[in-house]
Amino acid sequence: MFGFGVLKGMSVTLWNFILSYVYPKKGITTVQYPEQKKEVEERFRNFPFLVYEGAPDNMRCVACDICSKECPPKCIYIIPEKDAQGRVQKKPATFDIDYAICMNCGICEEVCPFDAIFMDHEYELAEYERLSSLLYHKEDLLKPVEHFAKIRPTDYGRIEATRAAKGVKGRAQPVAGAPPKPAETQQSPPATS
Amino acid sequence: MSDTAVHSQEPQLLEVSIGPQHPSTHGVFRMNVVLDGETIVKLKPVMGYLHRNHEQLAENMSYLASMPYTDRLDYICSMTNNFAYAMAVEKLAGIDVPERAQYIRVLMAELTRLINHTLLVGFLLNDLGAFFTPTLYAFREREKILDFFEATAGSRMMCNYFRFGGVKADLPAGGMEQVKEIVKNYSRFLDEFERLLTSNEILRSRCQNVGILSKELAVNASITGPILRASGVNYDIRKVDKYSIYDRFEFKVPLGKVGDVYDRYYVRILEMRESIKILQQLLKQMPEKGEILSAKGAAAAKSPRMWKPPAGDAYGRIESPKGELGFYLVSDGSPKPYRYHVRPPSFINITILEDMCLGQKVADAIVILGSVDIVLGEVDR
Amino acid sequence: METSESIFVVIKKAILGFFHGFLPDWTVVIISILISVTAIVIFGPVTMMFLTWLERKVVGRIQNRYGPNRAGIFGLLQPIADGVKMLTKEDIVPRAADKVTHFLAPVIVVIPALLVFSVLPFGRGMAAVNLNVGLLFFLAVSTMSTIAIFMGSWGSRNKFSLLGGMRAVAQMVSYEIPMVMSVVPVILVTGSLSMVSIVEAQLGGKWFVLTPWGFFGAIVFFLCGVAEVNRTPFDLPEGESEIIAGFHTEYSGMKFALFYMAEFMSAFAIAGLTATLFFGGWDGPLLPSWLWFLVKSYAMIFIMIWFRGTLPRFRIDQLMGFAWKLLLPFALLNIFVAALWQMLPAPKNLIVSGIAEAVILVIVFFASRKDSPKKRTYVFAD
Repeated sequence: MFGFGVLKGMSVTLWNFILSYVYPKKGITTVQYPEQKKEVEERFRNFPFLVYEGAPDNMRCVACDICSKECPPKCIYIIPEKDAQGRVQKKPATFDIDYAICMNCGICEEVCPFDAIFMDHEYELAEYERLSSLLYHKEDLLKPVEHFAKIRPTDYGRIEATRAAKGVKGRAQPVAGAPPKPAETQQSPPATS
Repeated sequence: MSDTAVHSQEPQLLEVSIGPQHPSTHGVFRMNVVLDGETIVKLKPVMGYLHRNHEQLAENMSYLASMPYTDRLDYICSMTNNFAYAMAVEKLAGIDVPERAQYIRVLMAELTRLINHTLLVGFLLNDLGAFFTPTLYAFREREKILDFFEATAGSRMMCNYFRFGGVKADLPAGGMEQVKEIVKNYSRFLDEFERLLTSNEILRSRCQNVGILSKELAVNASITGPILRASGVNYDIRKVDKYSIYDRFEFKVPLGKVGDVYDRYYVRILEMRESIKILQQLLKQMPEKGEILSAKGAAAAKSPRMWKPPAGDAYGRIESPKGELGFYLVSDGSPKPYRYHVRPPSFINITILEDMCLGQKVADAIVILGSVDIVLGEVDR
Repeated sequence: METSESIFVVIKKAILGFFHGFLPDWTVVIISILISVTAIVIFGPVTMMFLTWLERKVVGRIQNRYGPNRAGIFGLLQPIADGVKMLTKEDIVPRAADKVTHFLAPVIVVIPALLVFSVLPFGRGMAAVNLNVGLLFFLAVSTMSTIAIFMGSWGSRNKFSLLGGMRAVAQMVSYEIPMVMSVVPVILVTGSLSMVSIVEAQLGGKWFVLTPWGFFGAIVFFLCGVAEVNRTPFDLPEGESEIIAGFHTEYSGMKFALFYMAEFMSAFAIAGLTATLFFGGWDGPLLPSWLWFLVKSYAMIFIMIWFRGTLPRFRIDQLMGFAWKLLLPFALLNIFVAALWQMLPAPKNLIVSGIAEAVILVIVFFASRKDSPKKRTYVFAD
C-alpha cells in the first residue's frame, strides 16, 4: 500500500533525530571545529618541513636537490650555499617550497637520503594572498628535530635507529652510494614563478 | 505584427544548458538539453572543463611521480586508482608483490568500493531531491573508513599509498581492530540505509523503469561496472581476470534484470554486501606479519627518477567501483613512460547518457546522470 | 489561567478603552482594525524567522548535526543574522528581465501569505476577522500566490525560472481541487464556512480527525497543503537538483528573502488551517487556547520538516498523477463517507463510515496497484 515505505524511512530519520538529543555521542557526528579539533593520526601528512638539530643553522639538508627533482609538481626550489671562493657547500642557501603547488604526496620525504625533509601535521595555513604568502622560505620551513619526534614518534624512532646504524650523527654526512652532486643544481628559475 | 509563431503547429522547443555550474551535475559537467515541455528531445554531453592534461604530464615524469596524480583522477576512490596503476607498472617491469601486501591492497580496494557506493547512493538521493539526509548518513559512515585511511596512508582522500611491488607502509598499530570494527558495523548501517530508502515508494516510482539501458547497447558501448551488471551482463573483472588474490575469496556478482536506475541503485547495495563478505574472509585469512614491499619494488621506490623498467608495454586493469579502470603503459626503457593511457570507466560510461535520457523528463536526466556514477576528475582527466 | 487565556484580547480591549476616552467612535473602530493588522504583520515575519531556525535545527538533528548554534543561544539569533545578510546583499536584476514584473513578484507573493492569517482563529475570540466565508476566503487568497510565482518566473527571463513557473502553476492549480474537496466534509458536518464556528463545532475533544472521514480528510488536506506551499516532497517548482532554484533562480538579497518569507508563512498558515479544520483548532485542556493552537500548528510544521528531512521529490507527471488519480477520487469519496456519518444516528455512524472508509481504501489500493512500484528480484552470478 502506498505510504508504508515512506513511513519506514521516516522512522529512521525520527530515530536519528531523537538519538541526537538523548545520546549525542552516537547521534551527532560533527566536530565543533575552532573549539574542538580532531586528533590527526600519526601518519597524517600535510606540507613538508625541514629538520634541524640544535640550532637552525645545523640543518640536515645538504642541498642535494633530489627532492626537488623527484617532486611531481616541482614545487621545491633549492640553491646551495657557496663560500667566498665560490665553492658549493653542502647546505642550501635558498630552500623554497610553494605550498600553493605542493600536493602533499610525501614523495620528497620518501626519497630524501638524509632524512632532512618530513611531512608536517600543521593544517591551518589559510592566507589572504596566494602567491607570496604561500611561498615558504627556508626560515619558515625549518623546525627542530624534536618537533618531528613529537608529531611522529614511531617514525622518529625508526629513522633514528637506521641513522645510528649507519653511523650518522648530528649533521648528516653523505652516504656511500648516493653522493650528492651539488654542482648539478639546476639554475633555472623556480617552478613557482 | 507577425503571428506566425502563434499559429505554427510545430512544438516550441526549449534549449537549456544544464551545467557546468549546476547544483547536481556532479562537478563541471554540462548537458545541452533540448526540451519539449519537460520531455527531453535531444541531449548532448559536454565534457572537458576539468581537463588537467593527466596523460601528457605522466609521460614527462618518472613512473612513481604519477602515482599521486592518479589519486586525483577519481578523487573518491584514490586507492583503486593507485591499485590499477601499480598493477600496470608491475606487469611492465615484472615486479612481484608479497603476500601481505596483496591482502592489504584488496582490503583497501574493497573499503574504497564501500565508500564509493555509499556516497553514490547518497548523492543519487540528492539528485532525487532528498534534502541531504542520505548523503550525510553516507558521509557519516565514510568518515570511519577515511579515518582508517588516514591512519594507514597518511591522507584521507589523496592516499598515494600503493607502491610498485607492494604498499608504502604496513597497517598501523590498532589498524586491524579499526577495520574489524568498520566491517562489523557496516552491514548494520546498510540495513538502516535500506530501511530509509529501498522501500520508499517515491524513490521506487522515481527510479523504476527510468533510464533503461539494454543489455545489447551496454555491451556495444563497452560499458563496465555496476551499470553493466544492472543491465544483466555478468562481467566483473574480479571474476574474469582474478587479479591480485581475488580468487581466494567467495563472493557473488549481483545482476539486475531491467537495467534502470533502480537496478543500478540496488545492484550497488548488493555489491556492498558482497564486499563486506570479501572483507570478512580477508580479515580471517590475512597473515599477521610479512613483507609489504618486494625487493624489486623497493629498488624502484628508492630513486624513482633513475628507475628504468624494461622496454615493452603493459595493460593493468582492475574492477574499480565505477567499472573497468585500466592503465596502458608503453616503455622505451627510459625512466619516463613513452605512452601513458588511462581507460577511465566514468568517461566511457557517460557516453551513452543520451540514449538513456531520450524521452524522459528533465528530472530523470539528472537522476540518470547520478546513477551512472561519474567523477569529473576521471572523465576529463 | 483566565488572564493567560485571554491575554491578547484583554490587551486589545485595554488599548481600545484608552483611546475611547477621548476619541470619537469611528476612530476607535479604525484603531481596532489597525491593532489586528499590526499584530498579524508582526506575527507573520516573526513566525517565518522562527520557522527558518526550526527547520534548520530539526533537519540538522535528523542528519546527525547540530544545526545553527553560533549566533545567540541555540543559534536563535541566526534568522536575524540571515536577515542582515539578505538586506546587505547586492540586488541583481538580469539585463533581459522584465523589470516591473520581476520587481513586483516578490512583493505580491507576500500579500496573500499575510492575508490568510486574518481569518485564522489563533485562540478563543482571537480571529482578526470572523468572516462568515472565512474558509472560502482562505482558499481563494492562498491561490493568489501562484500568480506572483508565475510573474517572478516569467519576469526573470531565465529558462530554469520558466520551467519552475510552469511547474508551479500546474501543481498549484491541480492540488487546489483535492484540497477544496477534502475540506467539503468539514463544511458538510459543521454547516458553516466560518473558521470560528468550525472550531466551535469541535469543542470538547470532538476533533474531526478522530472520525473516519476526518482522519483521511486530514491526511489528504495536509498533503495537498504541503503541495500547495511547495514543500518536499512536492517542491518541484524550486527543485534545486533539477532546475537550480526554479522560479526564484534570478532573485537575490531581500527579494529572495521575500519569496522565502512567503513560503514559510504559507506553510505556517496551512499548518494552522489543518489544525483548525481537523485538530480542533485552539480547543484543548489546561493550556491557554492560543498556546494550544500554536502547539498543534507547530506539530504540523514539524511533520513538514520531517518530510523534508526524509523524502525525495516526485516527478512532475507522478505529481499530477498523485493529485488527480489518487487524492481527488479519495477526497470525493470522503465526502460521501462524511454524508453517511452525518445522516446516521450516533453509534451506528462510526461503524458504517468506518466500513465505508475501509472499502474505499481497498478500492484505491487495487486501483493504484497497477501504477505502484514493484518489488524486484536479483540474480547472483558466480
